[in-house]
Amino acid sequence: MPAPGPDGRFGEFGGRYVPESLVPACMELEGAFRDAWADPSFHAELDGILRDYGGRPTPLTECSRLSDRLGVRLLLKREDLAHTGSHKINNVIGQALLARRMGKRRLIAETGAGQHGVATATAAALFGMECVVYMGEVDTERQELNVFRMELLGTEVRPVRTGSRTLKDAVNEALRDWVASVEGTHYCIGSVMGPHPYPWMVREFQRVVGDEALDQCRAILDGGEPDWVVACVGGGSNAAGTFAGFVDTGAALVGVEAEGGAAITRGTPGVLHGMQSHLLQDEDGQISEAESISAGLDYPGIGPEHAHLAASGRARYERAQDAEVVSAFRLLAETEGIIPALESAHAIAWVVREAGRSIPEGSTVMVTLSGRGDKDVAQVRDLVGREGSAADGA
Amino acid sequence: MELEPHLRQARDRGRKLLIPYVTAGATPDWPDAVRAIADAGADAIEIGIPFSDPMMDGPVIQQASLVALQAGTTPSGVLDTLASMEPGVPLVVMTYYNIVFRASERRFAGRLAEVGVSGAILPDLQLDEAGSWCEAADAAGVASVLLVAPSTPDERAMAICSRSRGFVYGVGVMGITGERASLATSARQAATRLRRFTDLPVCIGVGVSTPGQAAQVCADADGVIVGSALVHRMLDGATPQDAADFVGAIRKALDSL
Repeated sequence: MPAPGPDGRFGEFGGRYVPESLVPACMELEGAFRDAWADPSFHAELDGILRDYGGRPTPLTECSRLSDRLGVRLLLKREDLAHTGSHKINNVIGQALLARRMGKRRLIAETGAGQHGVATATAAALFGMECVVYMGEVDTERQELNVFRMELLGTEVRPVRTGSRTLKDAVNEALRDWVASVEGTHYCIGSVMGPHPYPWMVREFQRVVGDEALDQCRAILDGGEPDWVVACVGGGSNAAGTFAGFVDTGAALVGVEAEGGAAITRGTPGVLHGMQSHLLQDEDGQISEAESISAGLDYPGIGPEHAHLAASGRARYERAQDAEVVSAFRLLAETEGIIPALESAHAIAWVVREAGRSIPEGSTVMVTLSGRGDKDVAQVRDLVGREGSAADGA
Repeated sequence: MELEPHLRQARDRGRKLLIPYVTAGATPDWPDAVRAIADAGADAIEIGIPFSDPMMDGPVIQQASLVALQAGTTPSGVLDTLASMEPGVPLVVMTYYNIVFRASERRFAGRLAEVGVSGAILPDLQLDEAGSWCEAADAAGVASVLLVAPSTPDERAMAICSRSRGFVYGVGVMGITGERASLATSARQAATRLRRFTDLPVCIGVGVSTPGQAAQVCADADGVIVGSALVHRMLDGATPQDAADFVGAIRKALDSL
């Protein structure tokens, strides 16, 4: 996927809609990223940390039992096995290195499910930086353990009590912090969203997922490529990184949104959090509150490059319902011994539903499993109780 | 009423400009408050059209926006109210860009002109993204007021000053709107710096909370914008007369300079 234009746009989407106070910081960051990304020593350091500390490359796992059941050949890119339990570590290590290059000693971040917050807290600990994470109060309650994990890592978690008290409000609060602290603080945005250069920069930091997966698919498929590439989409960072690896192949690219946070399939064009994209909003432009069982997908917008990929037709975006997500979560656990994050279970759910329907039988399907589900186990227990098995009904 | 001639004339007479801010819909009697504030010595009034995600605003204006939205305040409702207000001073709306984008820039600017609004401030629409909006506002005869921050480099500040209409909004402090115990040194520095780049009136806002602070900043600036300190009082139950008394006290402090 190409870099955005000089105005930071992918087609009509993207841009830099921030208060004037933040414009110089965005420009500085863009310059620092361009320099670093062209600097072999930056890549060497980043790749080294991701390998020796982050656990990369993550494996590509062939799911034999679930493949038999679905009638398609299912391969999983195992970001759940990366350090901190999700793909988020790829981006935060990159941004923390950049912050250090810019001489900034304090990181701030927003988090929904807590995965990005934990990853940022981890990078801050690794590099000896101060760290504050903003998290909606609703999310601090449903992801209590992740709050404690961040605190163990030396980070201050600030619950956000404004608005819908979820991810979008955490972004607002982080931006408010940054306006006042920008001189010594780097805002470590967790997804392919926000003002230019974030959507592009975060995609580049995540493209390691797609690049590795493409090589691994070719190795498993005797030089071939998958027919379908599927990833869940909230802001869209694991999907953007995945798609970056496969955009030049013949694979169909599918992003799966949460039913209650479907900015592409149910949203309209708008401007929020620094970017022009698709948003859930009313006819006046007031932003709606997304609602999903998965805190990480509980966001009323989506990264601008996804809006562009949808408009150009190169990727398609589908939805998964909460109930089928919980079934998929259990099915993957029971058939493959892998407990996925609820976010990632959206991608699995769509494949389970569509295998043999829009995905023809016998297809090869590569799904990015963006994170592990340990954080979601208590919530799923509350949702389903202990009786029954997903496999019985699947 | 045209914003720029009105403010220039007042300034050129030696008057310091006072631009209070009111969030539309934050109290049921906000239109009465706007009229009373106009009579108490405002030179123009900023009317906030509430937005669900006011990321440039601190707790007071966040709260006012929430209360207003919960009370059913809409952009078109606010503009309808302004159409019949006739406060006797220019009105400038302040809102976030998505409200304008959603309505379309051209239609929004046209509607502002229709209801007699003189200008607009969009704090999340910076110079590089503001081109088509500024053209639409120019075409409609609405002043597009742009902001300069303490972090803005000089060359960029000059470009912003030359594209701004009505006045130049100097952000007084690196931060969001809200009351501060004392005036930041950056507020007076902002005024001094911007005066070098433009002969438009230079008004300083964000973090100006008291008559004393307003007078301090106007030692260097042409005027001040006072928002949270006023809205705070309105949320706490200030009557339109109370609001006018507060604005009157700032007026008095500025007139004694």
